Amino acid sequence: RAKEKERKKERDRKRRRNVARRASSARKEGKELEDRPGREERRGRKKRDKEGKGKGGEDERQEEVKNDTVAKTLKNFSNENTRKLEQKEIEVVGEEDGDTEEKRKNGRSEKGGKREDNGRGETVEKKQKKKRVETSAEHESSEEEEDEEEKVGEEKPEVLSPEELEKLKEEVDERKKLISTLRGKPWPMRKKLLTLRESHEFVEKYEGALGKGKSRKLYAYKVMMLKKWMKFQRDFENFKTACVPWEMKIKEIESHFGSSVASYFIFLRWMYGINMILFGLTFGLVMVPEALMGRPYGSMPRKTVPRADEANAMDFAVLWDFGGYAQYSVLFYGYYNSQRAIGWLKFRMPLSYFLVGVGTVAYSYMVVIRTMARNANEDGGGDNNSFNFSWKMFTSWDYLIGNPETADNKFASITTSFKEAILEEQESRKDDNIHLTRFLRVLANFLVLCCLAGSGYLIYFVVRRSQKFALEGLESHSWWERNEVNMVMSLLGMFCPMLFDVISALENYHPRIALQWQLGRIFALFLGNLYTFIIALMDEINLKREEEEVLKLNMTIWEASLYNGTLGVNSTAPPITVHPADIPRGPCWETMVGQEFVRLIVSDTMTTYITLLIGDFLRAVLVRFLNYCWCWDLEAGFPSYSEFDVSGNVLGLIFNQGMIWMGAFYAPCLPALNVLRLHVSMYLQCWAVMCCNVPQERVFKASGSNNFYMAMLLVILFLSTLPAIYTIVTIPPSFDCGPFSGKSRMFDVIQETLESDFPAWFGKVFSYASNPGLVLPFLLLMVLAIYYLQSTSKSYKQANLELKKKLQTQNEENKKKTKMAALKAAMDLEEAQKAWSEAPRQQRNNNASQQSYTGEKNTVTGHLVSSFVFVWYLKI
Amino acid sequence: MGTTASQLRKDLLSEYQELTFLTKQEIILAHKRFSELLSKEDRNVPTPRVPMEKVLSLPELKSNPFRKRICHVFSTSDMKDGSLTFEDFLDLLSAFSDPATLEIKSHYAFRIFDFDDDGTLDGGDLEKLVNCLTGETDDTRLTTEEMRQLISNILEESDIDKDGTVNLSEFQHVISRSPDFVSSFKIVL
Repeated sequence: RAKEKERKKERDRKRRRNVARRASSARKEGKELEDRPGREERRGRKKRDKEGKGKGGEDERQEEVKNDTVAKTLKNFSNENTRKLEQKEIEVVGEEDGDTEEKRKNGRSEKGGKREDNGRGETVEKKQKKKRVETSAEHESSEEEEDEEEKVGEEKPEVLSPEELEKLKEEVDERKKLISTLRGKPWPMRKKLLTLRESHEFVEKYEGALGKGKSRKLYAYKVMMLKKWMKFQRDFENFKTACVPWEMKIKEIESHFGSSVASYFIFLRWMYGINMILFGLTFGLVMVPEALMGRPYGSMPRKTVPRADEANAMDFAVLWDFGGYAQYSVLFYGYYNSQRAIGWLKFRMPLSYFLVGVGTVAYSYMVVIRTMARNANEDGGGDNNSFNFSWKMFTSWDYLIGNPETADNKFASITTSFKEAILEEQESRKDDNIHLTRFLRVLANFLVLCCLAGSGYLIYFVVRRSQKFALEGLESHSWWERNEVNMVMSLLGMFCPMLFDVISALENYHPRIALQWQLGRIFALFLGNLYTFIIALMDEINLKREEEEVLKLNMTIWEASLYNGTLGVNSTAPPITVHPADIPRGPCWETMVGQEFVRLIVSDTMTTYITLLIGDFLRAVLVRFLNYCWCWDLEAGFPSYSEFDVSGNVLGLIFNQGMIWMGAFYAPCLPALNVLRLHVSMYLQCWAVMCCNVPQERVFKASGSNNFYMAMLLVILFLSTLPAIYTIVTIPPSFDCGPFSGKSRMFDVIQETLESDFPAWFGKVFSYASNPGLVLPFLLLMVLAIYYLQSTSKSYKQANLELKKKLQTQNEENKKKTKMAALKAAMDLEEAQKAWSEAPRQQRNNNASQQSYTGEKNTVTGHLVSSFVFVWYLKI
Repeated sequence: MGTTASQLRKDLLSEYQELTFLTKQEIILAHKRFSELLSKEDRNVPTPRVPMEKVLSLPELKSNPFRKRICHVFSTSDMKDGSLTFEDFLDLLSAFSDPATLEIKSHYAFRIFDFDDDGTLDGGDLEKLVNCLTGETDDTRLTTEEMRQLISNILEESDIDKDGTVNLSEFQHVISRSPDFVSSFKIVL
């Protein structure tokens, strides 16, 4: 609309100018303008008020009135026109002479800048003269540009008083705002394009006029830079979107399966991004420095494969198990040296190791919480159930669906959801057989609990057994016995959810609620398994530490014997050198933990891929090809193709991530492994989904439960950092391996750095700051702040609700009012019609009083118009 | 076809970028796809139009129950035949793009659902909408009783001023609370 107005103004101005030129020869030509009298009038009045020049026109008007032959109803318009003509004439004169009072005032300040513009404007004007005849009647916007230019030529000399400058500035700002919001306007492109061009030109023309002298140049420069910056930003934005990987793959899936399946892949991509950063941190700050600048392999016992294992340290079976050379490499905690600074960079290795460990956790927390907050913002936090039906109606179609089969499924699911909703609405009150359903639900939960306890016990049992095997020596056992723990965990993770699915059929919940229960149960299962695993690991850690104590004693004996053995021969000989592979060493429990986690991840990945291949691909192949020679329809009947299980896959991903967080401190290679795994599963799962899955019959939107998954991720993050932090804080590190060897606790490295790398006062300040007397009040303050923020947010919510209520009541009131107004308007309309029908009779009776008749006609039409407006408004 | 297809002027391209929610690559892709839809003789016309049937054959729109409505809403054709120029096509993609605002999305959604183009969603519009959503086959259709119930429920929820129809602002009010609308009201080339 603003644009429309602007165009009108321009047209007016131009017309006025044209008219002004002609006016000197034929004043009566003003009638030509009667096609747009209203606008002219408005414009003219404004001008007069502004410049206070209407006086001359006033006299003229009185003169006009005498010989005016136009009908009285049109009198006003022609008056306005003539008045304006007069005024225009004066202006034209002023233009030529160049010394109107106003001009003189403003001219001084603008002279410097305006000269060239004047010149330009005049040439444009000359061009314009040729077109004058056409332009005076033109309506097409294609000549908008010329309009602009002419306006420039015209505007410069006559306006630009301070207040007009201000106005201009406002207008320019408005235009700028318009430009930036244009893309959000629901207009057709042609209109947007025109508006954009016009506004751009307007801004370009007038932006320069706003500054003065030197500042003008600066201003122009600033504007130019701003433009460049905008362009850069846009290009950068383009670049960023071009950098997002797998966009096309996800798009393809979206069009086949709708947004819910795609949401899993988007989640996977997001995970991949996070793991990339974790990988960058550990790789760049821990693994690479140690590999490049640390002491090389074979220089110390912790960096050498022990003599006993040397024979088969390169065997694939050993490497696959992350033993042998893999164990004694940068991949695991034990390889790192405790030397404080390494290489020519004096890289603080132990400190870096510690800080990276803390940093990965801190970064993960930050990212997860930030994403959660953003999701919560997007949700809007409105009332959930008040628009149940409308949402089903207006938002249930997924426009991304491009596959007819998916579309059919979607139709079916929408229909069932409609039917269900209607049924629910009808039967919301009567609830038959509540006792039975209650009993069944309790039973189901009992069964699930049994499953959970059973799986927990199984894992504990298996881990203990594997410890026994490990003590006896791995060689004497079969492959199954060696990999029992991982296999059992993977199998449990595979079959228990199916069992839960069967059990949940007992409960008869609404599918959405059933899904959440199912997710919660799987979550509990995974968590239970993970924690039993950790508890078993803890037992093992304690065992190893006892072993270590024994070994420490033996070490001193061994050293003494070695020393004594050589002492007898030659007391002045240099200290004997024993090959590092021969030196006895402690059982580095940190490496052991890291290895366990790595093995777990690898076996988990393998089971995922294998189930994918067997469960999805093989099944699809069998169903597809056996269908030709089977007694029932395999594709539509029992085995059918598998559906893509979004929630299960998301959960798997979350738990996988939890294991990464837990083990990353002891095995820096874990993020790298995970990146690899996610990368492969992106391609593999994309392929599997496209080639052997069918779209889900019940399609649940994942977006609604987005924060549900995020909350799970947060819980997992917390639960997985808990044991890691516990071990770091409470268990002393091994004495002969890892970056913290020789310290009583791992975090002592901070203390050490503070003491030796920072000035003394810093350490003092730090020790004061870490004083419990200071920390406790600070914690208290934070808790209070959280409490305060929460209560304010609660009150905001309350206020929101109140406002909503107010809005509703107001709406109702308005509705009443409009109804009243409608009634009144209808009555008015009737009256008006009566008056209308009476009017002609009056005319017949009273031929003489033409004046009164026209007056009455006016009022009647006015009445009519107003009532129509009312009716029209009501319709809207 | 490559030479004629990729002739999108640079200044025009940047203007399109400013006026839509699309990135440069997306606009170029859109132009390519659009040129593929054009027939040979149409290419020489200054602003060629693609007839609705051809637009509907795009895989992205093929299985959309609202495809005809979408074409009609975005078409600037004087003949009301749902044919699209490239600019109309860009408008369509922009409104259905990921970064488009809720406001513009809901505005176009409203116009798509407004089957008789009278500016409000009345009972007839809602009925047509339900029929679109439940598909063409008979087994997924709702019975008349269910339909009546459903429409009355919807009007009860979203018709705030109780005039029997849902107008644009009521519609936007409802839509703005929905968690799924923005993520599902999308069409990507």
